[in-house]
Amino acid sequence: MSFPEIHCQKGEHWLLLGTSGSGKTTLLQLLAGLRTPMTGEVRIGDTVMTALSHAKLDKFRGQQIGIVFQQPHFIEALNVEENLVIAQGLAGRKIDRNKIRKLVERLGMSHKLKSKTQRLSQGEQQRVAIARALVNGPAVILADEPTSALDDQNTHEVIALLEEQAQLASATLLLVTHDARLKGYFPKQIVL
Amino acid sequence: MSLLQLAWKNLVNKPLAMMLSLVLFALGTGLIALLLLMQKQLQENFEKNLAGIDLVIGAKGSPLQLILSSMYHIDSPTGNISLKEARPFLNPTHPLIETAVPLSLGDSYGGYHIAGTTHEFLKLYRPQLSAGKLWEANMEVTIGATVAKAMELKIGDKFKSSHGFEEDVDVGHVDHLSFTVVGIFAPQGTVVDHLILTTNQSFWLVHGEVDHAHETDTTHESLTQHDHEAPLHSDSDTKSDDDSLEKEEHIQEGNSAALTDKSIPFSLLEEDESLDITSLLIKFKAHNYQALNMPRNINENTDMLAADPAMEINRLFSLMSTGERILTVLAWVITIVSGLSVFISLFSSLRDRRYELALMRVMGGGRSTLFLLIILEGLLLSGIGCLIGIALSHGAMQMLGSAMEESYRYNFTGMRFLKEEIWLIVGALVIGFIAAVIPAVQASRTDIAKTLTEG
Repeated sequence: MSFPEIHCQKGEHWLLLGTSGSGKTTLLQLLAGLRTPMTGEVRIGDTVMTALSHAKLDKFRGQQIGIVFQQPHFIEALNVEENLVIAQGLAGRKIDRNKIRKLVERLGMSHKLKSKTQRLSQGEQQRVAIARALVNGPAVILADEPTSALDDQNTHEVIALLEEQAQLASATLLLVTHDARLKGYFPKQIVL
Repeated sequence: MSLLQLAWKNLVNKPLAMMLSLVLFALGTGLIALLLLMQKQLQENFEKNLAGIDLVIGAKGSPLQLILSSMYHIDSPTGNISLKEARPFLNPTHPLIETAVPLSLGDSYGGYHIAGTTHEFLKLYRPQLSAGKLWEANMEVTIGATVAKAMELKIGDKFKSSHGFEEDVDVGHVDHLSFTVVGIFAPQGTVVDHLILTTNQSFWLVHGEVDHAHETDTTHESLTQHDHEAPLHSDSDTKSDDDSLEKEEHIQEGNSAALTDKSIPFSLLEEDESLDITSLLIKFKAHNYQALNMPRNINENTDMLAADPAMEINRLFSLMSTGERILTVLAWVITIVSGLSVFISLFSSLRDRRYELALMRVMGGGRSTLFLLIILEGLLLSGIGCLIGIALSHGAMQMLGSAMEESYRYNFTGMRFLKEEIWLIVGALVIGFIAAVIPAVQASRTDIAKTLTEG
């Protein structure tokens, strides 16, 4: 499987479209440093991710890349706040509960801070997943089919949120999807 | 949020899954701790009460029974020996013997044994008085701390003894003389705590042994009726082998006086040699050849039995240790099985948590982070299980203590903690660690990309 060369400028929002089996997810995993390419490189800012050691790559990913998955998964034993705290901790960032509170407030989830994640609705879970992707102030936000399980209303809200939050954090947003509904939202598109 | 907290929350989140491991760990380590506590305290009990006693001489029978009855007061005496036989050993000029303590046993009060003896007894155990004085006259008693507490006895209290060691009123010496408490020993952690000490002569008085010596029943009545003139004299008339009438009178007077003014008894060397005592506790001057030969001489040439306490107690320990070893092995097997259970529950939890673990990697956690998380879960399980087990064992020891106190004449406590228990915790943690290693390696090898793709 091979991919063309892709360049995204800092702060830009891109849509990566592809049908099932076109390797969208594989590309996203390559970009996130979850897979190692056989040839070629992945570069974020000045860092060549493909050249980093395992341990450094893990830390870099934690700090610089926020990922939103199709299915929001959380650590079941922890509540919303704790899930965000552990995201800070695992990335090697200082625990900043104030920042977490502000972030959650911006996403309109303040009242669910102490709830267990599995008690939340799908839309709410996706919001928390977005909060988690943003909590370490990443340079890049990768979203893998974040709307495929959502209805039109929720899709609209989630995309708006992602764009808004990426803007606020001046992060580069790259959204991978086969969801044709999203075409209208993003002028910059790559089709695989 | 530290990894330890996360490990803890993971365990608390699925309490049922971890219950079996916890219960097994608690059971195994609790059993080991209980065995340790019991063994330690029993051994201490036996060793403390050796009190430098080299030899116990008593009536023919089982040497172990003689030791248990005369030194530990947890068995019935083998029988009695006559003063005539015992007297040579009581002689203060005996070339081999430093201390010889005559004991008269067989009676009790409220389950606590009464021991008739001389003040030589104090040289063995060196108890301190906490109140009152030592027994001097007949029917005076100085009691151990536990006896005083359990029977709520104070200085000046009177009580009647019962025959044998049962707390049964039916065999009580109800129509006999009363003992008076004159002193209480400070708690010492030896058998003294559980004893009621009095003179050897008091036993003869209570049992009417003095009558027996005169082969008549009337004296007994006379003693209790405080009527000591006529019947006693009639006794001495009937006496056949009266080599020293004067001495007999002596005893009579001594004993009869005891009824009224609690007379100071004579030395046993001066008492009628047909009277009985139960046994002698002997301490040698030196452990030379002659001293070492003494037990054999006694066993071969007299009707008495001489037993070496150290030897008998060692024999007892080796008898007990077989059962103890089996129990200890069993307890370790349970503990190892609980390690296996930790392994199984951690391993099977990995499947449910695959996505969670992959997520932790995505969030910046390294392989070592996942490894450590699973190890911590294993350590927490085994550590907490072990602590529960130790807590249970001490609780059980405290409860068993009072029951065992009666049969072993020793204060058992659950409030004491042993160095070995630290090793037990270390052992449990090692088992927890070993049980967690394979699941932890498995977790650290989680293929993030594959797991995430599968959803």
